[in-house]
Amino acid sequence: MAMPNRKGYFGAYGGKFVPETLMTPLKELEKAFRAALGDKDFRAELAYYLRRYAGRPTPLYPAENLSRSLGSARIYLKREDLAHTGAHKINNTLAQVLLAKRMGKRRIIAETGAGQHGVATATAAALFNLTCNVYMGEEDIRRQAMNVYRMRLLGAEVIPVKQGSCTLKDAINEAIRDWVTHVRNTFYVIGSVVGPHPYPLMVREFQSIIGREARQQIKRAEGRLPDIIIACVGGGSNALGIFYPFCADQVRLIGVEAAGLGLNTGKHSATLSVGSPGILHGALSYLLQTKEGQIKEAHSVAPGLDYPGVGPEHAFFKDSGRASYVSVTDDEAVGGFKILSETEGIIPALESAHAVAYALKIAPKMTSDQIIVINLSGRGDKDVAIVAERDRNAKDL
Amino acid sequence: MQRISNRMNRVDLAFKRLRREKKKALIPFITAGDPDLATTKDLVFTLEESGAHIIELGVPFSDPLADGPVIQAASLRALGQAVGLSKVFELVLDIRQETEVPLVLMTYYNPVFRLGLEKAAHQAALAGVDGFIIPDLPPEESGEWRKLARANSLDVIFLVAPNTPPSRARFLASRTSGFLYAVSITGITGKRDGIPDGLTDYLKMLRSITNKALAVGFGISSPSQVKAIGPLCDGVIIGSALVDLLARYGNRNNGFIQIRSFVKSIAEALTGN
Repeated sequence: MAMPNRKGYFGAYGGKFVPETLMTPLKELEKAFRAALGDKDFRAELAYYLRRYAGRPTPLYPAENLSRSLGSARIYLKREDLAHTGAHKINNTLAQVLLAKRMGKRRIIAETGAGQHGVATATAAALFNLTCNVYMGEEDIRRQAMNVYRMRLLGAEVIPVKQGSCTLKDAINEAIRDWVTHVRNTFYVIGSVVGPHPYPLMVREFQSIIGREARQQIKRAEGRLPDIIIACVGGGSNALGIFYPFCADQVRLIGVEAAGLGLNTGKHSATLSVGSPGILHGALSYLLQTKEGQIKEAHSVAPGLDYPGVGPEHAFFKDSGRASYVSVTDDEAVGGFKILSETEGIIPALESAHAVAYALKIAPKMTSDQIIVINLSGRGDKDVAIVAERDRNAKDL
Repeated sequence: MQRISNRMNRVDLAFKRLRREKKKALIPFITAGDPDLATTKDLVFTLEESGAHIIELGVPFSDPLADGPVIQAASLRALGQAVGLSKVFELVLDIRQETEVPLVLMTYYNPVFRLGLEKAAHQAALAGVDGFIIPDLPPEESGEWRKLARANSLDVIFLVAPNTPPSRARFLASRTSGFLYAVSITGITGKRDGIPDGLTDYLKMLRSITNKALAVGFGISSPSQVKAIGPLCDGVIIGSALVDLLARYGNRNNGFIQIRSFVKSIAEALTGN
């Protein structure tokens, strides 16, 4: 059965839980999205920009030093960190902004946590000469100053969000409020497989290029499919992007959530691991919430994973068992960040470092004829200051 | 479990009576627990005395994405008092010992979903709640909730927006009970000046497609707006302006004097029609 269904459900999850003002625009968006997918001119234009502008296809790199040092399974890295702007986010923003242009919308809004999606949206808006406003929590603005400057350099206005926990969830609230108010001329570019239908479908569709490329590349390199694919999960767009084209295959799919300071501390972002079903930002999915249904604040050393919800298709994969979801702590992720830097000369984003850290745990238990693919969703330049600060604090103790 | 009789609820009765008397409904909104539950209780009585026909109680939520800064702040203050759905039910039960004024809860969907739809409907009815407005629950997602609400004689009030096409407005009107909540602007809650462009035509369109009661809200904050809108609908909803007064003048005597005179001025503007 095709997922999502007509109402935007992946099994029991998804749907469209939004104020009435957005119901008709979401229908129009779905219609425009389906028409664009069916239009070979749109597909050709998108393919052109992904190739010539964003640098696709990204390499599938055999991390031989890392594999050798672990004495383990053969580890491959899908190098989304090499895509333009330094993360997989550009795949989705180029596509959505092209769609916005096609729909005649002149103004783009987006939310951002780590700033990667904000930068990727500002980039696409600059390329196609559209106005761009990016909502970003004040706490994230503080943690990711470089990305804030990049967005401004690209001509976007960064609007600080001072509500709630001042992070990604609150930035999404503000972006939705803006969209409700300016829906006639504004296109909301959501950065992950979250939000009301058709966003989870649309973002999955635009990110699936990661998995389609990886599938061809691993077949060419190894003559077969990998045993395991590992990706980090915040909202879940890079994970779904690489998982989806392997859905029907005998490949284990593992999503790695942020355990933050530990699952028992309450300071984490492990929505699927310990959350419960509920409605946030227009969709029914797993959430971190109180008994009374108030949304809890999430925590992770990786700003891009700091989200108390998750894409509804991941909730479906969890319940159906098609993918499994695990978590690694801040400390483990920083360990992965350092080891990959030292062994391969690749500094991963702290988000992607969660996937690396989990691979470090399981690879040594596997044999050298087994294959792991890690989705290296972004590069870590933006995180160097965070890790340096942690090191300084550790020394002071 | 106690059975809820299949009665006509207080909202329907209120509109029936008002129509007979050729009057319009004045529907104030306040956030339950802002700044505390005792004040909310006093305020309900004050509002009723000042001319309110139906009272909307906001259930605080951590992520109120249909609300502007004023109601967001009120929600945050109430959350600081650990007010959630269960405490609002207790409050309503308490208020019901003293008044039959119709009480409608405005809540986001997650607190209701989290409690469990069946429990929520049953507990609401037992407490004496008359209906629910859930801005992030469109009719398409509300099948189960409507069934449970009907079984418990609770109204399920849907919203219609200026960008809703007439065919969909007809669908919303057919699904709503109690009244149809016409959002006056494409936007979030909050005070605005004047009458939005196209509001008159939009309300006339709604009037032409439904006989159900029609109440207008979002951005309505002054007697002059109410004078202009009153003839086109069956009631007006005043939210942010009231919540703002409460926040500015405090919860004690001075605040209540301000609120009483403001609500009376709106009531007069409505009867002047």
